[in-house]
Amino acid sequence: MGDNGLILGQRLAEWCGHGPILEQDIALTNISLDLIGQARLWLSLAGQIEGQGRDEDKLAYFRDANEFRHLNLCEQPNGHWGTTILRQFLFDAFHLPLLEQISKFDDPQLASIAQKCVKEVRYHLRWSSEWAVRLGDGTEESHEKMQQALADVWPFAGEAILANAFDLELAEINPAYNIQMVNKAWWSTVNDVFNQANLEVPAANWAPQKGREGIHTERLGFILAEMQFLPRAYPDAQW
Amino acid sequence: MEQADLQRLFDSKIEQEIRIEPKDWMPEAYRKTNLRQISQHAHSEVVGMLPEANWITRAPSLRRKVALLAKVQDEAGHGLYLYSAAETLGTSRDEMMDDLNSGKAKYSSIFNYPTLNWADIGAIGWLVDGAAITNQVALCRTSYGPYARAMVRICKEESFHQRQGYEIMMSMAFGTPQQKQMAQDALNRWWWPALMMFGPNDSESTHSQQSLDWKIKRVSNDDLRQEFVDKSIPQVEYLGLTLPDPDLKWNEERGHYDFGSIDWEEFYRVVSGNGPCNKERLQARNKAHNEGAWVREAAMAFAEKRQTNVA
Ligand SMILES: [Fe+2]
Ligand SMILES: [Fe+2]
Ligand SMILES: [Fe+2]
Repeated sequence: MGDNGLILGQRLAEWCGHGPILEQDIALTNISLDLIGQARLWLSLAGQIEGQGRDEDKLAYFRDANEFRHLNLCEQPNGHWGTTILRQFLFDAFHLPLLEQISKFDDPQLASIAQKCVKEVRYHLRWSSEWAVRLGDGTEESHEKMQQALADVWPFAGEAILANAFDLELAEINPAYNIQMVNKAWWSTVNDVFNQANLEVPAANWAPQKGREGIHTERLGFILAEMQFLPRAYPDAQW
Repeated sequence: MEQADLQRLFDSKIEQEIRIEPKDWMPEAYRKTNLRQISQHAHSEVVGMLPEANWITRAPSLRRKVALLAKVQDEAGHGLYLYSAAETLGTSRDEMMDDLNSGKAKYSSIFNYPTLNWADIGAIGWLVDGAAITNQVALCRTSYGPYARAMVRICKEESFHQRQGYEIMMSMAFGTPQQKQMAQDALNRWWWPALMMFGPNDSESTHSQQSLDWKIKRVSNDDLRQEFVDKSIPQVEYLGLTLPDPDLKWNEERGHYDFGSIDWEEFYRVVSGNGPCNKERLQARNKAHNEGAWVREAAMAFAEKRQTNVA
């Protein structure tokens, strides 16, 4: 959860100051702020559970690419505004039902972080859905751009909703966790929004992505090189 | 009312410190001067996002990253308030943006300097936002109502930015030797451009006297600059850093610091478009604008469609 927020938030931050409309520059920065804020909570908790004295910054800045566990969707490049919107929408449509489940976990720490995140992510999904519809059903040009951007990001979405061994293990410990339900919710949101947006679900199959197992795309190395360089270059410094 | 009566009414409002509001009659030159100043100010907020945004993806801790994102976002918000204030004078934001993108409109020259190390983010918050506040606190009493109200709102956030910037400087200046060096390097590069932010000396400033008479400007460039220098020096001393000015010394008689003379040749070079980053900044704004064109068009087309569907 923390890595998803951190890496997607980092990507969104690249837009800051370069958005197509000042109001939307602000809106996207808000989502970036929320996601990185959420990442800080998840990473702090992860470090605490691990008990090796790693805090949010140790986890963010001193892990290598193969130790990151986010969906590869999150690290895909921003492309144009429409690519960013669709990447965000496909993520939000998964993020929200997942958080809703976690907010019902017995573990009070997990549940309380998720409850806080749900409020923010509900807004993210509304925002990205509205933009997907607006651009999908805007002009001919915007429609075409969206359909093409969708072809770029779509293959990465499968990783979000297909179960892996970890999901099955987690479901055993946490009966509230059910990836099939997330999958269902995701499809229903996607179908509904694409319908309004006049977008067609691409025919292409999911690409076999294993970001959650630490196998990422070539993009991640560059994101980390940029993000981590200062603390790595001056490991003794306090900032 | 006759022109002469309108003029008298306007003059008496200025005299009595009654704010001029958008619907009030005002001399054309007053309107133009305000429009120029407010739109320049708005452009400065927006272009000012760029040098700082340059470090968001490289911020050295998550706390700093979030704070910097929020700060740059605030600047976008300031741009919005100011464009709205300027629009009350009869020019649309689109037109103002076009003037910015074509290079016709000016923005604060300070943003044509590059951010080269992380301490620059501290130095900008501390000195650039600090100089801006010195200016803007005075502008909270400016005679044009919408501008004065925008300034009150903005000043609150700017002082938060300044504290945040100074806090970065403290962690750098009191940090490792390399961090201290970065802090000194940033101070060396930002000090003089920050002093230039107050504009030409009073003796050289073309618009100053009329602006003072109209109470658009409330304090002269040189007085504001002096205030800023006096206030900054103890802060520099606390950090244990040195200012790049051998002529700096306390003047007992004046009760102020004396400081060296500004390189006005550099100032005018940057103002006229030949600073270190003028081209880059304008290119970045134009790129954002041009690449966003299809998005804005689609949003308009969509809004129209929905409207006709509802109707
Ligand atoms: Fe500002
Ligand atoms: Fe400002
Ligand atoms: Fe500021």
